[in-house]
Amino acid sequence: MPIPGIGALRVWRRDLEVWKRFAVTFVVASLGEPLFYLLAMGYGLGRYVENIGGVPYVVFLAPGIIASAAMNSASVEATFGSYTRMAEQQTYAAILATPCSVADIVGGDILYAASKGTAASMFVMLVTAPLGVLHGPWVVGLPVIALLAGLMFGALGVAVTARAPSYDFFNYYFTFGISVMFLFAGVFFPLETLPAWARVVAWCLPLTHAVAACRMLAAGHVTPAIVVHLAWMLVVAAAAFVVAERLVRRRLIV
Amino acid sequence: MAGEPIVEARGLVKRYDARAVVDGVSFAVAPGECLGLLGPNGAGKTTTIRMVTCFSPPSGGTLRVFGLPVEPAHHRTIKSRLGIVQQEESLDPDLTVEKNLTVFASYFGLSRAEATRRAEELIRFAALEERRDARIRTLSGGMKRRLMLARALVNDPALLVLDEPTTGLDPQARRLVWERVRTLKRGGTTILLTTHYMDEAAQLCDRLIIMDAGRIVAEGEPADLVATHVGSEVVEVYLPDAEGDASAVLARLADGPWRTERVGHVQYLYLRDGHAADALPALADLDFMRRRASLEDVFLTLTGHGLRD
Repeated sequence: MPIPGIGALRVWRRDLEVWKRFAVTFVVASLGEPLFYLLAMGYGLGRYVENIGGVPYVVFLAPGIIASAAMNSASVEATFGSYTRMAEQQTYAAILATPCSVADIVGGDILYAASKGTAASMFVMLVTAPLGVLHGPWVVGLPVIALLAGLMFGALGVAVTARAPSYDFFNYYFTFGISVMFLFAGVFFPLETLPAWARVVAWCLPLTHAVAACRMLAAGHVTPAIVVHLAWMLVVAAAAFVVAERLVRRRLIV
Repeated sequence: MAGEPIVEARGLVKRYDARAVVDGVSFAVAPGECLGLLGPNGAGKTTTIRMVTCFSPPSGGTLRVFGLPVEPAHHRTIKSRLGIVQQEESLDPDLTVEKNLTVFASYFGLSRAEATRRAEELIRFAALEERRDARIRTLSGGMKRRLMLARALVNDPALLVLDEPTTGLDPQARRLVWERVRTLKRGGTTILLTTHYMDEAAQLCDRLIIMDAGRIVAEGEPADLVATHVGSEVVEVYLPDAEGDASAVLARLADGPWRTERVGHVQYLYLRDGHAADALPALADLDFMRRRASLEDVFLTLTGHGLRD
């Protein structure tokens, strides 16, 4: 199995160097959408939903929005961002002319996507905290879940990018992958309400585990089941990295 | 180590499906030498270079760089001593000129202080002092190419590989790039380059390999190649438009101490040393130009006049 080395940190630093230029845009973009969802759904729809599992709807919703912020931000970076570096700017080819390996480049890019995902998720956390939706000391674990989710969606994104013939290709990924997860991974309603077969499908969606873990931490009710969610995300992240590395190598080293 | 070739290829092959793009190529690059790979489009030059620089695994033959076989286990070591200027521009458009150099230096593990010092030297080398804080998109084509060259030197490479270093540049910008490459040559840098410009090959290379359809068709020092494959002088005879008149001229020129070749409305006479004067009587009343033989004649003689796409 290819292991990213110190080169991955160097690639990550390069990405951060570029990110500095777009920091303001990033903060605005990563706060805007999640907040609008919270307001529209949490307060708008929340008026008609008494409570879910004994908590106000906005309290139920917030951890899901925190988790999906990590997914969205990491996914955009690992698709549009990585594709730009791989195909448009030839950045990958330039870096490959140095001691950095494909594993370093892919690893660095995934780490960068995960960093952005974590940052986006934490912005949402900081802004929603005053609404009284986060409870207890377990909240400090939220960034860890965001990072894991970021690594997972970063790796999945780069794997998709490696096969993308053009930017248009990502429409499929976002419509049939990311949007589906956003709607059916338990962000907006408890999965327990679904028929058994649908629950099984939902359980297979990567976002489901990030949402479930975030919800446990935010509510302060942490059960051993969290270990399953964390392990699930780690395994998917690692597997997606192996696939992404192989596909990018196949595309660049010919 | 002294005298051991920097690059050594034996029977090198690259196949895509069943098609051999590089088909049994053998060559060596000696320390301090500038070797040029010359050939029309599709000759296999870039593929050869990609194999040497670990971008393309060979399908057959042996390939050693710095004495190491080019295999994944050695890629990191080989690449740490290589400088590569790829054909396609690959600068970081969102970083400044200086950052492009320091960030690239970090990939080689240079410390921040070292990277800054090296970037300073290279900015001067590339004559980009005025543009150190400029974004890449504001640079001219020539500046970008100089920055690509400077970037390839951050690790003080033992072998510099240039893939068509001046394609697409205007004459002034090309000359400035050549001048910089010559500076490196004088400093003892070993260089492997590809080009399809004869003047570039003649200006920069100690030795040339002419490739066509994946094979080496000739090899040697530029002057020797000209002497061996063409001769000393060339007469270009411009034929009359009417085919009948043209045939008459061709008949007149058919016999003589020269080799002939017709391309459209031009008949080329390739003359060996000392025979130039012999041609003059036959040329009376004709529209012609007499000139020294060049690498271009070698190239066209060996690879033909057909169009390559």
